[in-house]
Parts: sequence; C-alpha cells; structure tokens
Amino acid sequence: MNKEQRHLNVTAIENGTVIDHIPANNVFKVLHILNLENNKNQVLFGDNLDSRKYGKKGLIKVSNTFFEGNEINKIALVAPTATFIEIKNFNVVTKKQVEVPDQIKSIVKCFNPNCISNVENVPSRFTVVDKENMKLLCHYCEKITARNNIVFF
Amino acid sequence: MKDKSLVSITDFNKDQYLRILEIAADFEKNPNQKLLNNHVVASLFFEPSTRTRLSFETAANRLGARVIGFSDSGSTSVKKGESLKDTIIMVSGYADIIVMRHPREGAARWASEVSSVPVINAGDGANQHPTQCLLDMYSIMQTQGTLDNLNIAFVGDLKYGRTVHSLVQAMCNFNANFHLVSPEELKLPSSSKMHIKNSNLSYTQYTELGDIIPVADIIYMTRIQKERFSDPLEYEKVKNSYVLTKSMLEGCKPNMKILHPLPRINEISEDVDETPQAFYFKQAENGVYVRQALLAAIAGVK
Repeated sequence: MNKEQRHLNVTAIENGTVIDHIPANNVFKVLHILNLENNKNQVLFGDNLDSRKYGKKGLIKVSNTFFEGNEINKIALVAPTATFIEIKNFNVVTKKQVEVPDQIKSIVKCFNPNCISNVENVPSRFTVVDKENMKLLCHYCEKITARNNIVFF
Repeated sequence: MKDKSLVSITDFNKDQYLRILEIAADFEKNPNQKLLNNHVVASLFFEPSTRTRLSFETAANRLGARVIGFSDSGSTSVKKGESLKDTIIMVSGYADIIVMRHPREGAARWASEVSSVPVINAGDGANQHPTQCLLDMYSIMQTQGTLDNLNIAFVGDLKYGRTVHSLVQAMCNFNANFHLVSPEELKLPSSSKMHIKNSNLSYTQYTELGDIIPVADIIYMTRIQKERFSDPLEYEKVKNSYVLTKSMLEGCKPNMKILHPLPRINEISEDVDETPQAFYFKQAENGVYVRQALLAAIAGVK
C-alpha cells in the first residue's frame, strides 16, 4: 500500500489525539472505556487496518480532545500496545505509551458472582498483582480475576 | 488498634496479633471487666452462626457493653430490599462498633468503607474470618507456649476452608513448617502456597492422615463438605479417609493438640474427646477472650 492510499483510509486531523496500534477488534472497547461514545467532537475510527508491526490494527482519531496519564492507562487491559499521539496544527507534538496501572477502578467486573461488588452498587476496585499476565486482585472478595475472565462494564 | 476495622487477617501485623493474644490472656484470667460500660456493640448477622455470634455477644456482655442487632436478616429491612450500604450507615449512627457476618465475599470490606465506626468481620462468605484465626493462634500459643517454629498439620478441605487460608497466612510470620493433608481435589490453593513460598518457608503435601501424626505439634482438622464435590462418587471415596480416631494418636508427640473450628461431623471420632490431645472445645471457649481483647483494643480501652 503506498502513502497516498494510506492517507485515504482515515483523514488527518488538525488538533486532537490519534490513538494508534490498538489491537484489531478492540477499537470498540477503547471507544467505550474512554467514553468517546459521548464525545461531541469529530471521532474517526478504523478497525482491521493494515499494520507493518502487528499485521492488523485499530486506530482512533478524535478532534480537540487530549488525554491525561490516568485516562491513557485505563485502556491498558484492552490495548497495552497503544500509542497516544497528540496533534496540534497537523503536527505531532507528543507520543505517549500506555502503562499498566497499579490500581484499576470501575472498568472491570470481578469474576466472582458472590463478590459484593457484583451484588450491590459498589464500584469495583483491583490491585494489579501481575502486570505481565494481567492478574487482578479484587479489593473486596480478595479473589484473582485473570485475563481470560476479564469482563468490562 | 483504636478505631481500626478488622476485615482481613492481613489488616493487622505480627506485633498487633501478639498484642491481642496478650490482652486475651488477661481476659481469660479475669473475664468480667466492665470496660465498655458506655458502649453499644451492633451484632449484625445476615446469615446464621452459632459460635461466632454467641461468643461475640458474650464478649460484649462480659465487658459491660450493650448489644443490639439481629441473628437473621429475615426480620430486617434487608428483606424490603435495603442495600448493605444504607443498613451500615444507619447502624453506624447507633452503635460504637459493628460486628458483622454476611454471605457475600467482600461485604465486610465494603461496610468498613461506608461505616463511620470500626467494623469487625465475623465472616464474609468464603473469604475471611479473622477472629477465628486469632483464636486459633491464641489456642496454639496456649498449648505450645510459643507460636514460633511449630509443625502445623492441616487436614481435610484445604481448598475452600477459609479458616485454613487465614491461619496459613498468619503463621507464615512465625517460621511454621506446614504439613498439608487433603484429597487431591481439595488441596490448598496456589495463592496460599505462594504465600508460604514468599515467606521462605516450606510445606509438604500428604494424602494419608497417618503420616503426619508423629511429626505434628498441632493438627488442625476441618470438615469435608459434600457440596464441594462435582462428582458425588468422589465424595463417597474420600469422606471417611480423614477421620481421626483415638487409636491413631499412639505415637504422637506429647505436646500435640488437635484443633477444629467446629462444627465437626464425623472427622474427629468422639472417643478422641477424652484424650489429652483434644483441644477443640477449649478452643471455642477461647473465642470469647480473644473477641473481648479485640473489642477492648478497638474501643481504645486496652
């Protein structure tokens, strides 16, 4: 694919953030976690785009919106490889990598059906005890939610 | 420990465990000390309990506190759909300390976060039961004269037994040597084994109860529950393999004592009750002194 074709896929933005290198098929989860479903600015996104690094990838461009570190790290569970690229006047200003946070709040459900956080209106809260294998220790029931049983709100 | 909630055994450190045990020994010598004359203790049992509730209420009474509460959530607003949060906020406006048991895991942690007064966890589902753990430690100290360097054997359901998990965690502070006797499907969970390894201690796993009799200082028996088995045939196979009888105790160490969180079904034969090794009823009695110590420490009067 040449440069011109690549440009046709998703148009450039003047000011805002490009979230690149999202694992393919996780774009909708990222949109949801960052609450871009309710963003009033222009939001462009693509999925299963060709990527030299990963084969297939997802990408989001959102105008006039910039993200803080703790917001960026919220998507670590679904897009640990993502890069946040800040654009001003069509120029790249900064690039930020996602980092797995120590604590995760209100994003993931505890896998234990008998946990109080699944029964009453309690915001879920986890300590990440294993960042590589994504093992989350529930602050309430003290059980471990592992990557294969992570469910998002 | 004043005004501190106790939800998990790990909420307290080694010095705090030892302090509670020291205060408990004082209450055992002199149980009626009216130190909490002006206190109201709320005893909220959202699910039934015999020993824990009665011993907590006895402890509060011996300290001169008044007890309010319920022993079954059926007669409360919970039945009308009131949230745990609302119940706890309301009760924390009435009482000085809340003691609660709840069927959901994490309920006590959540309660401690919304309550304006300290919360003592008297059991949250299959998660934690820290006061049982403290009274187990008290009983070990009382029978062995120390908590350090002991051979502790856990027998039966090591997978689901919450008292086993807490006691393993706590005894990792005292250089214990762990002997784990259970059927294949009820072995100690890897998280507890990890705890032992992280403390640079060792454990040995057995399937035969007889193997640990000559080495153990403490044998901690637990009940194997039928509902834990997906295959009823498996239960039938193992249900009688971890039964301790009087004749098996020959060759045990002279200082060896048998503990059990109770209730027992058939895992300790009744002929063991009359042996000098039987300690489980005294252990249940110790629950009162340990809970007195906790109430007094959290109220800030000891």
